[in-house]
Amino acid sequence: MLAADGTPLKKSLARALRMQKIRALLLIAPLLVFVLVTFLAPIADMLFRSVENQIVRDTLPQTVSRLSAWDSDEEELPPEEVFEAFYVDMVLAREQKLHTRLGTRLNYEKTGLSSLFRKSGRGIGRFDTDVYTDALVDADPSWEEGATWEDLFSNAGVRSALPFTASTWDRWSAVLGADGKNSSEEDIEDFIVTALYTEVSKGQGAGVDARVDQAASAFAGIEPISIRSQFADIDEDWADPEVWRTIHTYAPPYIDGYFLNSIDMQKTPDGIEQRPENQRIYLMLFGRTMFMSLVITFSCILLGYPVAWILANLPMRTANLLMILVLLPFWTSLLVRTSAWKVMLQQQGVINDVLVWLGMVADDGRLVMINNQTGTIIAMTHILLPFMILPLYSVMQTIPPSYLRAAKSLGATNWTAFWRVYFPQSVPGIGAGSILVFILSIGYYITPEIVGGTTGVFISNRIAYHISSSLNWGLAAALGTILLAVVLILYWAYDRIVGIDNVKLGG
Amino acid sequence: MAGKTPISRKPVNFYVPIVAAFGALAGLFVGTAQGSGFLGLIIGAVLLGAMAFVATQIIKTERPTKWGFTVLLAVGGLLLGGIPGLVIGALFGWFFGWLTWWLYEGRYREKLAPYLTPGQVLWHFTFRVICGAIFVFLITPILVVMPLSFNSQDFFTFTPEMLRFEAEGYSLKHYRDFLTNNDWQNALRNSVLIAPAATLLSVSFGTLAAIGLSSEHVPFRRAIMAILISPMIVPLIISAAGMYFFYSRIGLQGTYFGVVLAHAALGIPFVIITVTATLVGFDRSLTRAAANMGANPVTTFFRVQMPLILPGVISGGLFAFITSFDEVVVVLFVGSAGQKTLPWQMFTGLREQISPTILAVATILVTLSILLLATVELLRRRSERLRGMSPG
Repeated sequence: MLAADGTPLKKSLARALRMQKIRALLLIAPLLVFVLVTFLAPIADMLFRSVENQIVRDTLPQTVSRLSAWDSDEEELPPEEVFEAFYVDMVLAREQKLHTRLGTRLNYEKTGLSSLFRKSGRGIGRFDTDVYTDALVDADPSWEEGATWEDLFSNAGVRSALPFTASTWDRWSAVLGADGKNSSEEDIEDFIVTALYTEVSKGQGAGVDARVDQAASAFAGIEPISIRSQFADIDEDWADPEVWRTIHTYAPPYIDGYFLNSIDMQKTPDGIEQRPENQRIYLMLFGRTMFMSLVITFSCILLGYPVAWILANLPMRTANLLMILVLLPFWTSLLVRTSAWKVMLQQQGVINDVLVWLGMVADDGRLVMINNQTGTIIAMTHILLPFMILPLYSVMQTIPPSYLRAAKSLGATNWTAFWRVYFPQSVPGIGAGSILVFILSIGYYITPEIVGGTTGVFISNRIAYHISSSLNWGLAAALGTILLAVVLILYWAYDRIVGIDNVKLGG
Repeated sequence: MAGKTPISRKPVNFYVPIVAAFGALAGLFVGTAQGSGFLGLIIGAVLLGAMAFVATQIIKTERPTKWGFTVLLAVGGLLLGGIPGLVIGALFGWFFGWLTWWLYEGRYREKLAPYLTPGQVLWHFTFRVICGAIFVFLITPILVVMPLSFNSQDFFTFTPEMLRFEAEGYSLKHYRDFLTNNDWQNALRNSVLIAPAATLLSVSFGTLAAIGLSSEHVPFRRAIMAILISPMIVPLIISAAGMYFFYSRIGLQGTYFGVVLAHAALGIPFVIITVTATLVGFDRSLTRAAANMGANPVTTFFRVQMPLILPGVISGGLFAFITSFDEVVVVLFVGSAGQKTLPWQMFTGLREQISPTILAVATILVTLSILLLATVELLRRRSERLRGMSPG
């Protein structure tokens, strides 16, 4: 069979269908791109941040590469050359004011490191390494000028013979360059000379360049300075292998440390183990979030079921009027409802005042209903109740009342008729409402923050705390990822049971 | 509604004890407030029982006895508790008058099926009382806020002056504060700037996509739908965290544009849901007819399809608007002090300096949501009428 233009009908139909598909996709595409950029990319970024750990490697590149050879299981400090690299890395980091950031990062893993890095940043300029510089400048004053060094490292032979010094010089030039300065015009710094000393004194670069040989002879008579003891002079903690183990453990660019932290575990040199008793909070918080969400979901079923039933069984006009009582809270600002509960539940609040006025509670024995779990549960049950009532109502509307009458006329008691006939048919509504309420409640932030005090807060409040107060973004991202995983599983279940197309909004 | 069951007067030994029991309950409350619960219980039971008996068996006329109940208990309340007592007493009196006659005349059976046993009748009304209590639970917090916002003191509770209905107990000072305080005015301005922009974005993108989604042959429909609905499902704190990280990377954190984009993303699911629901009832032959008569797709869209789905689009837009207008978690992270919106200001107000101005704002917002609710309801009816789904 042929279409009007002579092509086979089958082909022509297929083309028409393809056109339709493309047109539909073109209509969807702008929104899809929009959601990808404004919503999914941020989520992906969060997932990425939960494992990302570039900061140690970026701030202490030389130290990390030399530390990788160190066997962290032994009760010994890393070798001197690690300290030499660390000296160079720290001076460069201090110039860019990065050492405090690194200290803050490592402090999440081992307390005390933040102040240690801060202190070392201040003390590192007072190292005794100026004797190297003095010896070199005594031999030839031109060593003090940056141009000499610039010239020296333009020689490829020198670069390959003295790799550590060359890379130090390059990083130093880059740091100065970022400040708009030129390294060849600046005076030489002690740490670069120290880098040169560490390499030249081992005989590296001998005979490559006359200047290198000159430096070697200038350094010849000097007593070597132990960088390790210089660091230990600043703070004894640098002589503690534990500190170095922490740096070693958190050196990789991608780590699971944040996730371990969010389930109260930690990485130690002996492997993964539970955190000390007094530092375990996240499993407890996750557990509490789950438990309270379950309680809230259950109270919503308990309160929502009768209301949905009566709405579905009353005459249309009355039901519509009563529906307003359900929809008004649904449409009212979350903040308004939360503040209303704060007003009602306070110790000097409306409920307590009424109870005292009625004489049911003594004036000095006012009930504590806020800043604890009770407050969170009451307020959130109220806030999420419409999300339970609406799906229940839409399911119950479809159950014919004649079924109940038929059951009763066949001899069932009220209870049997309800439990064996009506209830099973309303289960899809309960399922839909429960998943919705549960999903919404485990991610709640505002209400627990305001009425929850310290014992009624959820995991979301902890995430917010890590983002805005403790600035431990990686941990916040890991906690968020776990929460997201739970929600997505439930979302998937919801989609299977109800279908996302069937979400109803206010009737 | 016509009665299902013929009604008849009930014997004294049925209704007097019931009224007395309710009286005992009320008496218990009054009694505990006055110091002796047990005495109140006895007095309440005897007094109300006797009043019910006198009203039905001696005076025997309904209207005057109902008024009698009201006035009597109102006076009693006035003596015990002043003006608030008077109001509560009058309400109780009205209730007991109604209860007495309702039971005595057997009116409670009127609308119930004749075969119900007394136990079932009792359950029927108990169930209604339970539902009533839940409705009270739903609506009370919202109603309590309104009178409190007229408080003349800086308290979050009813002052004795307010309860005595004295004029000096009430004032508009919190509203004045809202209208004159710079913080609140800035917040209001920000909200009014951000919400419509976000709504416009989500409505225009969302409507187009909904039309695309509702055509018959869309590949990966389920997956696309799942992605588009996800901003509604993913916990706000996670969206907020992700957006904070990502937007600060690309320099949108702390800008109006960033907040608008974030809010538009959050509003999209609502637009998609409402518009696709409207499109379910849309008759596709109308667009084909328009094309047949020579209209190009754009004309068809604006002259045929759009007017028909407009109610759905507008109510989706209202949902998106209220989402943005109410949203606080995301703006808290994505915005900076310059983008402080009304909910944000309320949030800080609740957390830090607790000022009753919040209650005035809350009352204004409740009024706003009543208006929005009414609009959405009207639109829904109109949409159903346009699509021929319900008569009238």
